[in-house]
Amino acid sequence: MSNVLEVKNVSKSFKDYRSESQRILSWFGLKSKPIQEHQILKHINLSLSPGEAVGLVGQNGAGKSTLLKIITGTLKPSQGSVHIAGRISAILELGMGFHPDLTGRQNVYHSAGLMGFTQAQIDAVIDELEAFAEIGEYFDQPVRTYSSGMQMRVAFGVVTAYRPEILIVDEALSVGDAYFQHKSLNRIREFQEQGTTLLLVSHDRASIQAICDRAILLEKGAVIKDGNPEEVMDFYNALIAEKENSTVTQTVKEDGKVETVSGTNEATVEEIGLYNTKGEMVEFVGVGDALELRIKVKIHQDIESLVLGYGIKDRLGQVMYGTNTWHTKQVIESPVAGNVYEFIASFPANLGPGSYSIQTALTDQDTHLTKNYEWRDLTLVFNVVNSSKQVFAGSVWLDQKIEVKHVS
Amino acid sequence: MKRVFLPLWAYRYFILSSIKTEFRSRFARSKLGGLWMVLHPLALVLIYALILSQIMTAKLPEVATQYAYPVYILSGIVGWMLFSEILGRSLTVFIDNGNLLKKMSFPKLALPLIIIGSGLVNFLLLFITMFVVFGFLGHLPFHMLHWIPLLVLITLGLAAGIGLFFGVLNVFMRDIGQVMNIALQFWFWLTPIVYMASIVPEKHHWLLMLNPMTGVTMGFQHVLLYDKAPDASLLVYPSVFAIVSLSLAMVIFKKASEEMADVL
Repeated sequence: MSNVLEVKNVSKSFKDYRSESQRILSWFGLKSKPIQEHQILKHINLSLSPGEAVGLVGQNGAGKSTLLKIITGTLKPSQGSVHIAGRISAILELGMGFHPDLTGRQNVYHSAGLMGFTQAQIDAVIDELEAFAEIGEYFDQPVRTYSSGMQMRVAFGVVTAYRPEILIVDEALSVGDAYFQHKSLNRIREFQEQGTTLLLVSHDRASIQAICDRAILLEKGAVIKDGNPEEVMDFYNALIAEKENSTVTQTVKEDGKVETVSGTNEATVEEIGLYNTKGEMVEFVGVGDALELRIKVKIHQDIESLVLGYGIKDRLGQVMYGTNTWHTKQVIESPVAGNVYEFIASFPANLGPGSYSIQTALTDQDTHLTKNYEWRDLTLVFNVVNSSKQVFAGSVWLDQKIEVKHVS
Repeated sequence: MKRVFLPLWAYRYFILSSIKTEFRSRFARSKLGGLWMVLHPLALVLIYALILSQIMTAKLPEVATQYAYPVYILSGIVGWMLFSEILGRSLTVFIDNGNLLKKMSFPKLALPLIIIGSGLVNFLLLFITMFVVFGFLGHLPFHMLHWIPLLVLITLGLAAGIGLFFGVLNVFMRDIGQVMNIALQFWFWLTPIVYMASIVPEKHHWLLMLNPMTGVTMGFQHVLLYDKAPDASLLVYPSVFAIVSLSLAMVIFKKASEEMADVL
């Protein structure tokens, strides 16, 4: 199948001229050098195939919005080209061009016109759209009387009235209430099944990992990672904690998963292992088994305080459980270089069957954003198997009971 | 050419609905609603017709009615209103819609077409109101009305051509809009609307003829006041001016359209 979006070697720079008249002269081939060029995007290459769901992540100022604007066509690239097969629709412009004094219905016609639809095309879907928005008689009231959620419902309805080949979804999606969020997510998934390519822009790890099958990390205007969402999000997470003297490394493990290690290395995890009650190291554990996670930490430089955190993640990278010694009030004050500490966390494996991984963090406080001595994702992988319990679904084991009574 | 105008055809519904929306939102929440569309031009016409007819009762040669002077001003001003509305709004069209241009991808030229459309509606309302008032004054110049579309077309060409040329530059150099607004006020007095071209001394006449709006305005006056066909020779220069300025506007628009969203 051919690609639905092809971004080839796209660069974008904003030029500053000594005076604007020199910019105008430059259009007519007269030589006038800009005094400054801010390069926002550098040689971006990207291709998306139909039905793919791709997450676009990056810190503020990394160039995400500029890239989206170039893809949607509001900005022109300074270099390179963008090819789109089909129609592109973006949910980041929700409610763009809505007039407060027009009714919802009138606004639907108006803003659908802005998207290039004809009156007849909207006539065909207006009833369905009204039903989808579920705002009742408000649909024929002026938009200024709407709550922001109601406005979002109508706007979302317009943008998704017809299935686009590419759908760009921004954080804007989180505006509506939980009910409508589910509803809109369903519609997005339906589109995807019919072949729409999704481009999701978010900082939210959970939604990227839940929806996307690929993620792209932008940093300082360049694509620095493109691949499996879990791997990219781990790298992104390490990146936002990156400070001076800090390093980020990713190594591919035997099972093909990628371990991400980042930090300033004043303290590091030397050994990590998962043990059962008999003290044997295990990789396969039964649902509900008692486990011990033993972590040995070595101090390389004198530091003020040390907090160990760990989390258990499922195969999609969603954190099932996580805590740290800050919360348990076991902070180690002023550890000295050369010291080695062992932490033993014991817990029952109340998890659903599947593959899980452990992440560890060595920090000075509650979060890894102040000091990040070491952050490790996928340090250890283990599998939960259900050999002793009745069959159940989901990733949590609840020791539940069902009582059945014959009442009449 | 095809690449520029074909997308506009696809956006015809948007252009029409934007014009409608403009009027709708202008009169929304007012009791009289659409009636205001007529009341505004009526007030304007009445001010000129009633007040000026009392103060300035001088008769014009070749015109029978005592309302000659108010009719003269009205015939000139109806064209000027169309010209200055479209020119003035074209100057800031891209800046005013900056937010939209930055966020949505659509043919930018739809925006000036919306302005032209709503300008034409305003013109039509003013024109009809003016004619009704003319009727009350006993002045009914019906014979040469078929010239009006041509005069309107030249006026539109001049206003849109000059307005868009400077409107594009105004995105990059915001002083241009300010300068043009002042220039427009001088321009009004350099056009024989309030006074007659004949009172201008012969040696300054060329200055008047340099102004492309002079020929058009005199055309309107011929049709609406004297009930005669406009002097076709006076319309050649404005037509050429309109075509040249429209072409220049398209050239500069094409050059600038790539960088426009960058600076908005």
